[in-house]
Amino acid sequence: MSEAFQVKSDPELWEKLGMDVARFSGMPGMLTTAYTNVFLSQKNRPAAMAYFDGMVENIHTGRIHEIMAVKESGKPVIGTFCVYVPEELIVAAGGVCVGLCGGAQGSIADAEKILPRNICPMVKSAFGFKVGKICPYFQAVDLVYGETTCDAKKKTWELLDRYVPTHVMEIPQMKRERDKKLWVEEVKDFKVAVDKISGTETSFDDIAAAIKTINAKRASLQRLNSLRHHNPSPISGKDMLLIEQIAFYDEPVRFAEKVHELCDELEKRIADGISVAPVSTPRILVSGTPMALPNWKLHNIIETSGAVVVNEESCIGTRYYKDLIDEGSTTVDQQLERLTERYMKIDCSCFTPNDERIDQVIKEYEESGAQGIIDYCLQFCHTYNIEAIKLSEACKQRGIPFMAIESDYSPDDVGQLQTRVEAFIEQITG
Amino acid sequence: MHIGIDLGSRTLKAVVWQDGAIIRHQVTESSFDPHHQALAFLEQHPTARVVATGYGRHLLQQHAELDVITEIKAHALGARQLFPNCRTILDVGGQDSKVILLDERGRVTSFQMNDKCAAGTGRFLEMMAVSLGYDLEAFGRAAAETEVGAPINSMCAVFAESEVVSLKNQGIPPATIARSVHLAVAGRLAAMVAKSGYGDHLVFSGGVANNATLVALLEKELRVPILVPTIPSIVGALGAALHGSRSLIQE
Repeated sequence: MSEAFQVKSDPELWEKLGMDVARFSGMPGMLTTAYTNVFLSQKNRPAAMAYFDGMVENIHTGRIHEIMAVKESGKPVIGTFCVYVPEELIVAAGGVCVGLCGGAQGSIADAEKILPRNICPMVKSAFGFKVGKICPYFQAVDLVYGETTCDAKKKTWELLDRYVPTHVMEIPQMKRERDKKLWVEEVKDFKVAVDKISGTETSFDDIAAAIKTINAKRASLQRLNSLRHHNPSPISGKDMLLIEQIAFYDEPVRFAEKVHELCDELEKRIADGISVAPVSTPRILVSGTPMALPNWKLHNIIETSGAVVVNEESCIGTRYYKDLIDEGSTTVDQQLERLTERYMKIDCSCFTPNDERIDQVIKEYEESGAQGIIDYCLQFCHTYNIEAIKLSEACKQRGIPFMAIESDYSPDDVGQLQTRVEAFIEQITG
Repeated sequence: MHIGIDLGSRTLKAVVWQDGAIIRHQVTESSFDPHHQALAFLEQHPTARVVATGYGRHLLQQHAELDVITEIKAHALGARQLFPNCRTILDVGGQDSKVILLDERGRVTSFQMNDKCAAGTGRFLEMMAVSLGYDLEAFGRAAAETEVGAPINSMCAVFAESEVVSLKNQGIPPATIARSVHLAVAGRLAAMVAKSGYGDHLVFSGGVANNATLVALLEKELRVPILVPTIPSIVGALGAALHGSRSLIQE
């Protein structure tokens, strides 16, 4: 890189957003250091990663200015915490859907002044970001659209509503016909809430265009993931995870373009035999709970221990982009139904039964040419934690090396995790 | 000549392996700078090929020319050398406990480690012994003196200590409390082994395997013979030394 990487600051903007500027002003420096150590130390990165580096440099500034411009034009800006909230309907209204901050240890102490300690770190981190006024995205949104996928979240929304208007979408926990009916109703309510902000009702054409836009975004990630499966890997797992994280706050059309540019480069790399790790490098699939930015802990441990991550079976990963919406609808009702059907295919462990997820993990294992699975569970995420038992059984039957890890954002278990990951790699390589 | 060094959280173990036998071994308490202790040992054998394992392996690698392997692989190699048919290893050291499963050729097929917590480890036993006024050996012997135990509900070292204090204040004899602590630890380790699955016998390595009372209680819980090496704490260091000797043959 010609100029040194630096996460940018804009105290004036942060002041305007009502942030705790004194406290937040240390954040860009910390992120600069962390990003430099974790990402820029990697050898032989694709040149097209420069755009995504730029997205990180502008995470608290440039992108916020763009979002505020949309907001000031009267369009909705909605924060979410889950891939079940249909971003297509926000884009249809000309608005911005942003996955909110929830991946850092730094805000957990703020949350624990109010919330119990023994709940999911992602929920605590997110709540802490709002309470501490240290996330520009949280400050920029009109409202947060939460959901009922887990107990920690649905009860925290009640408290979060005191700090920012928080709506809740009921996501059923089974996938029967009667659940689908409820779900479609919830999607319709969501549309009403979104349209209310802009004061205009989104039309069939708006929705059709938005479905195309988000389908294209998901398709770009599908293409990238399939190129990334090549052995030797043309891109690191850390860089892939970063792009999957940026998908939640970037402008979707530009993002898809940039992902395709990267894909073009990776195709050329594959043809020229350029890679980030030799063919003999052990290949790991990571499955499980989401890794919100800047949670790079497990990927960093795996890739500094001599292996490469070749797939994320995760909300911030394939669960976000594996399915597209049918584009052939002729009425708004039909669009909403097709949309709901697509969202019903997401195989979150909050559903019972959820055996299709086990099949999906095995499928991705085979497609990615992985040699072992590390299942990642955020601490206190009971549904993924328990589902790991079935996944481990399925792996055992097929002779797939499998290891389950439960962790939070704190650095205190890094030593132990490193030992476990290294031992798992030894197990794979024999 | 091959040296295996195991830099554990509580002790430093070293094994010198030559012509198919252990010709020297050493177990010392970790000081504030364990890698200096390790380097001092290595200086006595300047021509040996060295493999390090344990918590401090990466730190030592920054100071000396050597290979590293994890404790899991090291214990697998070491236990298999001592007990050629073993398929399940329980290793309980100062800071963590683990169960390692091997295939018929001795390769690791899966393993489990306790997380982020001293429960059921050597450190836990040490803390409980101190709070009862025993040294470690006397603590194990006291626990064997009685058949009765009072329930200890918490496996968290901090909470368990306050339970022990409250049992003391109820006038319960120290031997009974010692028995209780042993029962609780044995129960926890047995659950960990049962979760992994085990065959018709088990090898128990790591410093905690020196505690005969605990071995007996565990044997009773799991109902299979538990094989304890003569010096259980050096199994990892032995495995590291063997790794060095075998990878040389492969080259």
